[in-house]
Amino acid sequence: MILTQLIFGITGGLLFAIGLRSALVRESLLARILAVNISGAGVFLALVAIAYRGLEETPDPIPHALVLTGIVVAVSATALALALRRRLEEADDE
Amino acid sequence: MEITLWHLLDALLAILLLGLAWSALSGSDLRRGVVLFMAFGLLLSLVWARLRAPDLALAEAAIGAGLSGALLLLALRDSEKPGNRTVQTPPLLQLATLLLMLLLAASFALAYVTAVTGNNGDRLAGLAFGNLEQSGVSNPVTAVLLNFRAYDTLLELAVLLAATLGILALGAERRPFRKPGLLLGGLVTWITTLLVMVAGYLLWAGAHAPGGAFQAGALLAAAIVMLRLGGMTSEGLPVSRLLRWLLAAGIAAFMLTGYLATFLDLAFLQYPEGRAGLLILLIESAAMLSIAFSLGLAYLGGSPSGWEKSSSKGSPS
Repeated sequence: MILTQLIFGITGGLLFAIGLRSALVRESLLARILAVNISGAGVFLALVAIAYRGLEETPDPIPHALVLTGIVVAVSATALALALRRRLEEADDE
Repeated sequence: MEITLWHLLDALLAILLLGLAWSALSGSDLRRGVVLFMAFGLLLSLVWARLRAPDLALAEAAIGAGLSGALLLLALRDSEKPGNRTVQTPPLLQLATLLLMLLLAASFALAYVTAVTGNNGDRLAGLAFGNLEQSGVSNPVTAVLLNFRAYDTLLELAVLLAATLGILALGAERRPFRKPGLLLGGLVTWITTLLVMVAGYLLWAGAHAPGGAFQAGALLAAAIVMLRLGGMTSEGLPVSRLLRWLLAAGIAAFMLTGYLATFLDLAFLQYPEGRAGLLILLIESAAMLSIAFSLGLAYLGGSPSGWEKSSSKGSPS
């Protein structure tokens, strides 16, 4: 394992953990959506760190493609979650 | 392991990332949290560049920091019930949460170490690089996305379409913005033109350099957001029927190509020899439009007000 991989692997794990914890304990829906996004970023970071092979070597393109897919899925899920939240707030107001 | 200046940079980036994530999550002020999250996204795109993933850096800067941030900022306008504090959970549940976290963290660490050090057998990377010549493109990430693992990308477009349909079903769009002054209006026109041009370049460049349908689609979506912010009435969106077709264009192009291949006695989504580059460009163009209009509609937050209420009645807002 390269030191860079170790550093970003640990960072990814920590981001995953603090994001997940906030998503579980926060009350505000918007804060939860934000927390899930940060948690997902942690997973992406770990995946890209796995793909990293050093400064000179070309990294593994498959995790990169996975993460690229993941980023787009994450934003569409966020958008749907925000639309659902808006609908919920409207329903509460009525 | 030898420690160089690069590792210092890595440590700095890692600490900044963690600090930004922590302050984005811990404060009770949601507006502050969202702005910090956008900064987090920008920093993350720097990290992707550092880890030699320029395709991801482009996508993250446009989507993670840009569009997600814009969506979250917009959501701040919706009324939020008071109570941004932490839920008062009973101690037993807190303990259970902590245990769950520890368990998940341990599995995460285990999976990571196995993935990095468990080097037995062939890696997919070797296969991908070995077949790059035949894939029709020279950017390995594009080759994986649209040739080797095209099935995944097809399903991803389906996810995007499903999310968009969900948003459309949830109600009408938000109130549009008021028209800005002459100066800002002019600026919006300039930037929109620039965004469309850069999106076209990224789509074309994706075959041999960082870029591709996702990044280009995100930039086009950014153009839609700009027009919306500039108070344009139709946000550059086409009329409803055309828009519906465009939302499905990515999947349609993909499926059509896949099925046409089966008529040529090839497998589903197997490109005929020598035609892969052209087919990939065609699919990517359609996918770019679908991604752009899906994300643009997400910013509108619901079905455009111009759409006739044909099926179920929209929410009375």
